[in-house]
Amino acid sequence: MNTAPGVPGRRKDAGGQAASILHASQLSSGLKPTSRKSLWSKAISKPEFSAFLMLVAVFAAFQLYTGFFLSYANTRLLLTILPELGIVVLGVTILMIAGEFDLSVGSVFALVPMTLHALTARYGVDPYLALVLVLGLALLVGYINGAVTLSLGIPSFITTLGMLFVARSMSIVAVGGNPLALADYPFGDVLVVNFGYIRASLIWYVGLAVVLGVWLHASDFGNWIFATGGQAQAAKDLGINTRRVKITAFMLCSLLAGLAGIIQMLRTKAPLPSMGTGLELEVIAGAVIGGTALTGGVGSIIGAIIGAILIRSIDNGLVMSRVNAEWFRTALGVLIVVSVVLNVKAGQFFSRRR
Amino acid sequence: MSVNVLSTAAAAVAARGTPLIAARGISKWYGAVNALKPTDFHVGRNEIVGLVGDNGAGKSTLIKILAGAHKPTEGHIEVDGKPVVLNSTRDAMRLGIETIYQYNAMIPQMSIARNIFIGREPIRFSLGPLRIMDFDRMSREAMKSVETLDLGLRDADTPVSDLSGGQRQAVVIARAMHFKSKVLILDEPTNHLSVKETNKVLDQTARLKEQNISAVFISHNMHHVHAMSDRIVAMARGHKIAEMAKDEVTVEDLHRILGES
Repeated sequence: MNTAPGVPGRRKDAGGQAASILHASQLSSGLKPTSRKSLWSKAISKPEFSAFLMLVAVFAAFQLYTGFFLSYANTRLLLTILPELGIVVLGVTILMIAGEFDLSVGSVFALVPMTLHALTARYGVDPYLALVLVLGLALLVGYINGAVTLSLGIPSFITTLGMLFVARSMSIVAVGGNPLALADYPFGDVLVVNFGYIRASLIWYVGLAVVLGVWLHASDFGNWIFATGGQAQAAKDLGINTRRVKITAFMLCSLLAGLAGIIQMLRTKAPLPSMGTGLELEVIAGAVIGGTALTGGVGSIIGAIIGAILIRSIDNGLVMSRVNAEWFRTALGVLIVVSVVLNVKAGQFFSRRR
Repeated sequence: MSVNVLSTAAAAVAARGTPLIAARGISKWYGAVNALKPTDFHVGRNEIVGLVGDNGAGKSTLIKILAGAHKPTEGHIEVDGKPVVLNSTRDAMRLGIETIYQYNAMIPQMSIARNIFIGREPIRFSLGPLRIMDFDRMSREAMKSVETLDLGLRDADTPVSDLSGGQRQAVVIARAMHFKSKVLILDEPTNHLSVKETNKVLDQTARLKEQNISAVFISHNMHHVHAMSDRIVAMARGHKIAEMAKDEVTVEDLHRILGES
């Protein structure tokens, strides 16, 4: 408790002099230089920037080592597999900014296409109707994740860990013992048709990134997402329906994971209930490498894109370098720690310089 | 004694006309705990009401009800003499009741401009459910509100985490001023602040009346409460135990009243 015996007397008249001293000290305490910061120094103090530098370094290193990392054929391959990971990272990033986790995305990545496959190939459901049903299923999974987490006050880490097992098990059950040939999907081309260098999935990825980027960074709802993840109690006290914000983010996250799974199944034409195993950790890694804070309230769509590209590039680059592919997880692990350290240290460095 | 001062204050109410905000017989039970016994409380036009009492006296419960965060078990709230139901803090804010919490209700990672407009973002245009914020207006108006408080801040895009505790409370006060609140509830706004910053926040609170904003000022520091308030309400064990005009009491009286309870 502050005890300021002088306060009662200085309320109005005597306050003038004290106040002017205060102003001087506050100005010199360093807020002035903040306003003089150039756009450049603002940009380099952002966590996405160190991720971007790492991306450039990784590209350069693999190109120098293999000689064909940035070739037409290899970048074409990269751009083919990027959207399936990248779309999931978009959802997980937004959810993490809202202050929650989703470990079930890898399983939802399988559950949604497997259910689509079972509905059409086994039960002969109309493909469009089946698509609507399974996207609804994805939203339902997200809703359950959010509702259980928020209503019962359980950490989302636990809720979605449970959902990881449930959804994986259900995707195996959905396909059953005897594998069936993939049905014909009239919307397959819209999602994955090959244009030569790129596939339709890349256009979907870019489109989703732009729409979600605008929504997250420029809309009022995006402002509420950052507020909810940054300080949930403050957001609530300011009249934000934090429950609605978080459940929306959970549902979006599951929906994007399911959509990405459908894209992968249609591209590979292989309905494997094991698809997406381990994906949950890769996408969280992508979000974190792109500057998303584990504690919520910080992150960006640009970072989510850079993080996804980094992960896919390292995976692909190690293979192209003819390094034993098992090193991928080592590289990923080192990258996660290094990027978080860089983000934290860069943040401290720039806030000290201000 | 308490009966005595209560009647004096009642006469003062009559003189000021319809209160801006009034609680009529509100009480609150949390399960089996009666945190607030049926209580009347009001804030008049251009008035700063001090609210004092030990921890657990019912102050926080009372202001949470006024702020719309909790619903009273009994009784009701009136704004400008009309009964209202506050289902959320948003309802209260819409009616001009703004609350400044001791913990500083701001999002440290977000800019000053974004913080000021959380939940009330100006919209430039909408595409269906996608409502795009008007960033220019946010920066401009945030800067204008902050400038009125002489904070030496020149960039509304500065993250709140770069501000000192006193500057943060000042931005919250600026937020309340910007939205032309009628009543500002300040719940121990000087907690965790240095002496200099405390004085600054007190100055800003005293200046609220220039903007026609009334306030409820809550503090454990009787010197501050006495200096700031026109009228002081004391609470203990969920009851209002005294209500007095500032001129009727001294700081020592306040200490004695709370000590006796």
